[in-house]
Amino acid sequence: MIVTFLSRAVGQAIPLLFGSTGEIITEKSGNLNLGIPGIMYMGGCAGIMGAYIYEHSVAVPSPALCVLIPLLASIIGSGFLALIYSFLTITLRANQNVTGLAITTFGIGFSDFFGGSLVGMMDGDGQLSVMRSSGYFKKTLPFADKLGEVGELFFSYGFLAYVAIIIAIASAWFLRRTRAGLQLRAVGENPATADAAGINVAKYKYLATCIGGIIAGLGGLYFIMDYTGGSWTSGGFGDRGWLAIAIVIFATWKPNVGILGSLVFGGLYIAYYYTGDLGRRVGELFKMLPYIVTIIVLVITSMRSKKENQPPEHLGLPYFREER
Amino acid sequence: MHSKDTNAKNITTQINEPLFHVTKRAQISWQKSWAIRIIAIASSLVICALIIVLITGLNPLTVYSAIFDGSFSSERKIWNLLRELSMLLCVSLAVTPAFKMKFWNIGAEGQGLVGALASAACMIYLGDKLPNSNLLLVMLLSSLAAGALWGFIPAYFKAKFNTNETLFTLMMNYIAIQLVAYFVLLWENPKGSSIVGIINSSTGAGYLPVIGGKQYLLPILIVALVTGVMYIYLRYTKQGYEISVVGESQNTAKYVGINVKKVIIRTMIISGALCGLAGFLFVSGIDYTINANLIGGLGFTAIMVSWLAKFNPVYMIMSSFLIVFLDRGASEIATDFRLNESIADALTGIILFFIIGSEFFIQYQLKFRKRGNNK
Repeated sequence: MIVTFLSRAVGQAIPLLFGSTGEIITEKSGNLNLGIPGIMYMGGCAGIMGAYIYEHSVAVPSPALCVLIPLLASIIGSGFLALIYSFLTITLRANQNVTGLAITTFGIGFSDFFGGSLVGMMDGDGQLSVMRSSGYFKKTLPFADKLGEVGELFFSYGFLAYVAIIIAIASAWFLRRTRAGLQLRAVGENPATADAAGINVAKYKYLATCIGGIIAGLGGLYFIMDYTGGSWTSGGFGDRGWLAIAIVIFATWKPNVGILGSLVFGGLYIAYYYTGDLGRRVGELFKMLPYIVTIIVLVITSMRSKKENQPPEHLGLPYFREER
Repeated sequence: MHSKDTNAKNITTQINEPLFHVTKRAQISWQKSWAIRIIAIASSLVICALIIVLITGLNPLTVYSAIFDGSFSSERKIWNLLRELSMLLCVSLAVTPAFKMKFWNIGAEGQGLVGALASAACMIYLGDKLPNSNLLLVMLLSSLAAGALWGFIPAYFKAKFNTNETLFTLMMNYIAIQLVAYFVLLWENPKGSSIVGIINSSTGAGYLPVIGGKQYLLPILIVALVTGVMYIYLRYTKQGYEISVVGESQNTAKYVGINVKKVIIRTMIISGALCGLAGFLFVSGIDYTINANLIGGLGFTAIMVSWLAKFNPVYMIMSSFLIVFLDRGASEIATDFRLNESIADALTGIILFFIIGSEFFIQYQLKFRKRGNNK
């Protein structure tokens, strides 16, 4: 029972982890991208669209392309949205909150539209579903079943789950230990100083936002191709994108802490299934927990005001060299 | 780094000067700024039509007339347009004082929902205990109080500890949503349906009076009144002035003796209370029920409306009209041509991208390199 709960919590945690890692990288450049929920939808939707079109255009789909095409489609989809966000906020200096919310509106609308209509457009029947490709995404290591509970807890996930953890750890290392990571943080903390030090602020912001968006998009891809088994349901991704933004706060902008945060939030997200006797009503209150926890963390970090736990100093603010 | 101030002695300037550079406009005539906006909207409509034509293979003119039909083809549709316009306007007005203060209140959704929840609770528990006018008053006051409380909490922490308000108010939305989900299950009617249904459908207790047979007229008038009051409040009162000063520069505000913390908290209470008013109007005058989707994302759309209108309540009538008109048009296309109705959101998103982008060309101008110009 406890192992089942934990392994399901991990399944919930992976999309959140991708989303929060992506958002942390984005926010470290000073961009508060509220478009992440839309970008994650887009990443999932573009992936499943790529898989569906590929599966229906060849007689015998090859396993490698069944993985590569959705992956590439997802990267293009989420990267494109992140690029629009970057262009509007960095080059055209638009307000980040407004732009982000517009991205979310567009991303969810686009995804739900194509998710619901693609099958009809391709003269197919039924639901948008890609069992074959999803099978490759869900493939676990061959010895996982034989290891009993250990296998279920650690080896029962598709490859993207491990990718998520690797990306999170690599991002933590990148931000703390590399020169480029230091410069990226400088851009987010104080772009004027970074600019004066000869760092190309716009380049860092563009790259961080686009790469962050792509990473977040993989969370949507994991959710569709692995967690839900390759079938699209309108609005199925729910509010996970916002939860990912919450984890960024919980993790105090550290991707490695984000792994823990995602697990906790993943567990809290499904905790209400296990409140059986207490009933559906209390379940709804349980779903409130992740957000309450986030607020508590947000308040405590701001009260203690320790430098290393703060949001990037210039988060959400635009940077114009002429106006400093 | 290359020096940007081009001294005469710096001979390389002429070679290195980029193709164009960006300068902030000192001022722009309103005709010119609206011309830029109209060009942006027109080009976004061309792109949208192109997308629809590609998907459906229809004549673009049919698509445009369908957009128009979405709002104006019948009296009922015009009333629906006005209703949606006024509710969006109400929430936009609510977030505006906070935005003017550069307090990013993206929690209007939650503040509206708790307001609606308070009204619904009064209707359910006091529906048969109070005469209608008293009941409405109690509902109104409790909605205002609930919304104000939801706005006060993040404001308090912002004022006291400088807690990030964008993230705080965002989280408060989901707490409100789950709170409503809880009460919906508590009040569900009939049992097991997971919805509350129309409250007091037999008695009509707690319903706003219907003027002249038009159900939405009173809510629309109330919002019109709020618009006027908000315009005056922001423009001609001391408090409105304090909001502007705090928004421009907190240091200046402190220097001239404005109590910044007090202004932040007071303004957010007003902002939250007005969101609560929107919740009250939804429950008592429009939907007569409560569900977690009652505000329906207006809190987010309102941010764009308010920002597009440069925080001016009168312009907000125009920008919310624009958004509602386009949204209804896109829905009409979706129903007419049997597209999934989510296309409306996708198209709205595209239009917003263009409008957001156009603001750059209103605030800044591109100066192209001139031949033989060495300043």
